[in-house]
Amino acid sequence: MKRPDFSGTYNHFKGHSIMKYACLIYGSESEMAHLSQEEMAAVYARYTAFGKELAEAGVLRGGSELKPVSTATTVRIQNGKVLTLDGPFAETKEQLGGFYLLEVENLEQALAWAAKCPGATDGCVEVRPLGMGA
Amino acid sequence: MLLARIVEDVVRRDGARILASLIRLTGDFDRAEDALQEAYTRALSVWAQNGLPERPAAWINTVSRRAALDMLRRQRSVPLEAEPEAPTIEPEAENPSGVEDDRLRLLFTCCHPALSPEARTALALRTLGGLTTREIARAFVEDSTTTAQRLVRAKKKIREAGIPYEIPAREALPDRVATVLSVIYLIFNEGYASTEAPSLLRPDLCAEAIRLARLTVELLPGEAEAGGLLALMTLTHARRTARISSEGELIPLEVQDRACWNAPEIAAGLEALDGALQLRQPGPYQIQAAIAALHVRAHSAAETDWPQISALYGALLQWAPTPVVELNAAAALAMTLGIEHGLRWIENLEQRGELSGYHLLPAAKADLLRRAGRQPEAALAYQAALALVRNPAERRYLERRLAECSTR
Repeated sequence: MKRPDFSGTYNHFKGHSIMKYACLIYGSESEMAHLSQEEMAAVYARYTAFGKELAEAGVLRGGSELKPVSTATTVRIQNGKVLTLDGPFAETKEQLGGFYLLEVENLEQALAWAAKCPGATDGCVEVRPLGMGA
Repeated sequence: MLLARIVEDVVRRDGARILASLIRLTGDFDRAEDALQEAYTRALSVWAQNGLPERPAAWINTVSRRAALDMLRRQRSVPLEAEPEAPTIEPEAENPSGVEDDRLRLLFTCCHPALSPEARTALALRTLGGLTTREIARAFVEDSTTTAQRLVRAKKKIREAGIPYEIPAREALPDRVATVLSVIYLIFNEGYASTEAPSLLRPDLCAEAIRLARLTVELLPGEAEAGGLLALMTLTHARRTARISSEGELIPLEVQDRACWNAPEIAAGLEALDGALQLRQPGPYQIQAAIAALHVRAHSAAETDWPQISALYGALLQWAPTPVVELNAAAALAMTLGIEHGLRWIENLEQRGELSGYHLLPAAKADLLRRAGRQPEAALAYQAALALVRNPAERRYLERRLAECSTR
């Protein structure tokens, strides 16, 4: 008997589902800016090793470091006009510094990877399932 | 009506087990709940006509599975060919920890750390405890709409964020078991000292928590802390009838009528504790259970082994260095080394301000001052406690003590 498959049910309960997650890495840019060159190199080495591990496990679908929020520009349409502002959409103590896109079976696996991410040690990692259009 | 009672009995005893397997079958909380409800409804009419089946729970199980599959079929646009008449029960999938039980899977899913603590407890009470939304709302002193929304949101998060229906792998198990145990203990505490319920106790919630802990022990016999929690709750619950006077006033441990304590439950609690201690994995629940065991083993309040209780609180502070544990440790120290020692500790806690707003701090201080014969100071402390207390049974106790201190 074929196993029924319906949208809107908990397909990940069946154990062979595919879920996509974004791991959003937040950390303090000002703290990062104070690191010495060797310390920075160590951080990058940890990320390179982590990325390699993700790729080898076959779960990596994309991702990148983001340049600091000082390079950000925010665009919003207001009264039909494009409003362009220098800076991120919100000033926060910790900033979005990079992300990974992962493809795994369920949240448990995504969280286990997020916990291994260097960003979880230096700051925190927010795990969000991807929605439509993913 | 007798039939309704029998169905209710099946719900209590076997509802969670059937629901848990339906969730695995359908892969959907809501559909599983609907299917089970349909089976209960059908049981009432079919059993009234044809008489009681030999095994009511098995009947409910089969009918609810069939109802679940019917629902799946109705929702499908293209019908399945060669549909089996009765669903075959699929063997449970292998899970990484090696333990097989749908209820345990359900407990771990409900207690997943990705859900808010309130949602975990509400969902566990709903699915495993079989409590209605209204009953849960009453336990948390919130309106039913809030509870209903909380449950809907939790189920939505499980579905959309992809929280798995599984027992975590061995390496993740200790952390996750801790969450499960804390949810069970929360359910118990809500029943043991309802914050705003008209009476102090909600014995049904306590019994439910004990049942869930017993289940966890059965399913994870190697987890000593599960046994510790079971022992702690069983020993505490065994004293329930001695804890409230006929006037609805809290009776503190030292003046409780020990003959009212439930002997078989105490025996069961002590047995659970022994089983846990034999595993040689010490932990905070086992320590608290050991303290409870020393209390129930004393034939009178005067015979209480305070030095050992003090030592156990010292050990507990290593595991849980919280101000609430310190407060209890201070009270035990007062009974061991003398009131002044306990008072000094409590005053230190008071100065640190971590327990401001917690009525048991001034209440404990007041009790010690009263014992030391410092009635005017005790009265002030009772007043401070009364300003913070919310539960009516505890309020009545404090009011009586305040009156005693003021009339001298």
